[in-house]
Amino acid sequence: MSDQAGPDAASPAPSDNGWRPSSLQLERAAYRRQRTLRSGLIAGISTVVLLALVVVGIGSTPGWPRVRATFFDFDRGLEALPVVAQGLWLNIRVMLVCAVLIVLLGLTLAIMRTLRGPIFFPLRMFAAAYTDVFRGLPLLLVIFLLGFGVPALQLRGLPNQAVIWGGAALVLTYSSYVAEVFRAGIESIHPSQRAAARSLGLSHRQTLRFVVLPQAVRRVLPPLLNDFVSLQKDSGLIAVLGVIDAIRAAQLETAEDFNFTPYVVAGLLFVALTIPLTRLTDWVARRQGWYGGGGGVV
Amino acid sequence: MSLLSIRDVRKSFGSNLVLDDFSLEVEAGECVVLIGASGSGKSTLLRCVNLLETVDDGVIELDGTDITDPRIDTDRVRSGIGIVFQAYNLFPHLSVLDNVTLAPIRVHRVRPAVARTRALEMLARVGLADKASARPDELSGGQQQRAAIARALVNSPKLMLLDEVTSALDPELVGEVLDLLGELKAEGMTMLVCTHEMTFARSVADKICFLDRGRPLEIGPPAQVLENPAEPRTQEFLRRIRL
Repeated sequence: MSDQAGPDAASPAPSDNGWRPSSLQLERAAYRRQRTLRSGLIAGISTVVLLALVVVGIGSTPGWPRVRATFFDFDRGLEALPVVAQGLWLNIRVMLVCAVLIVLLGLTLAIMRTLRGPIFFPLRMFAAAYTDVFRGLPLLLVIFLLGFGVPALQLRGLPNQAVIWGGAALVLTYSSYVAEVFRAGIESIHPSQRAAARSLGLSHRQTLRFVVLPQAVRRVLPPLLNDFVSLQKDSGLIAVLGVIDAIRAAQLETAEDFNFTPYVVAGLLFVALTIPLTRLTDWVARRQGWYGGGGGVV
Repeated sequence: MSLLSIRDVRKSFGSNLVLDDFSLEVEAGECVVLIGASGSGKSTLLRCVNLLETVDDGVIELDGTDITDPRIDTDRVRSGIGIVFQAYNLFPHLSVLDNVTLAPIRVHRVRPAVARTRALEMLARVGLADKASARPDELSGGQQQRAAIARALVNSPKLMLLDEVTSALDPELVGEVLDLLGELKAEGMTMLVCTHEMTFARSVADKICFLDRGRPLEIGPPAQVLENPAEPRTQEFLRRIRL
């Protein structure tokens, strides 16, 4: 069959045949430019006015000088910055190691739940029970249980650094969330994709590996990255075990003079850390033009 | 002996009886076209042959093997049958080429370089040589359906199942897909086709089977079933679709 006869035959690019916008089109473009300018102007003015109201409003409260001295003392903040930043480095390392383990454990749990066949019943049960328990338990409780409980057993061969058990608690809790995200992704792939793969002779396992998972993972990447932004903050909770992370460092600094600026410094550092990750999430979501597809018109 | 022999197959979904004591023989090299109203059981029959559905009763034999036997290796049976769906069902995360090479590499263990060469030949055959690296969503409907046909053909199936493959296409694109199927028939491919394209049915089919409420009401050559239908229900159906 000839490909050239169809509507897909190569046609010259529109600019090649000497198209010049009509005066009507030029007038439309001018109007649109003008509207864009107007929108930008309105957005700018309303933002400035609102910010001014907030600044004047808070600044004129009777307690503001006191609050500013306690929370927003620039020199005190600068002084605390190196210590807090050093603590933050621990948060970052814990976050990175935990993220890798969470993805592995979460994906394993999600796959366990989608296995068919009677032989896998115990695995399905285990995965379901696991997510039920660890999604329900408050993270802080898991951190206490592991961080203080396990070392108290005084078993030989087990590490007893608080940071390891704190990290383990993060992994256990977060992988239950991440497993559910992965499972939602797996179940969101249209059955017609499985049918197509199985009808080509791919086994259940091959279908999962080559057809379902690649699409599922791409589809859940934005909510997954969202969980990691959240993990970044929650990595601060392991401070309760006495590990000196950014929050704990700020607390120690504060204890010297009851100036809370170091906390604000720690907060700003966390925000500075999460913003790039959030932008990355947005970018990934936008880049996936095809990801609503699922193959065909079904 | 027939290549595909369907005998007394019964299939229901809940209380809805979709196939009722259905029997049909398809000889090697034959093109059998299934016609009938929506819900008459055409798609279900194809899905049963491809083991995407389990029959409630009856026997389906492919090349003398009972494929409805629960002890059969379903992946092996399926890899000998090519199916093309109404909605193409291409894998959106893979390029057209990777869609075509997936089964040869993973199921038939063909070396990637060989699979690639064969896939490119097959894509050239369906007129998509220049679209090998494109993603499915960059193709028109007709191109996607031709890619899906190439994906099924590359495994050298004994039997091709085509489930209303032109229903999602606009009239201009229907022609390019039907031409391809006509060529396949001329090359001796055995095909079981559901379609509403009566022109295609008349020119390509060896046998036409009119389904009514899960039963093969009338089976015969196109001239007989389409021109001189014996059954009143067939006459009524043909009158309605010609309006």
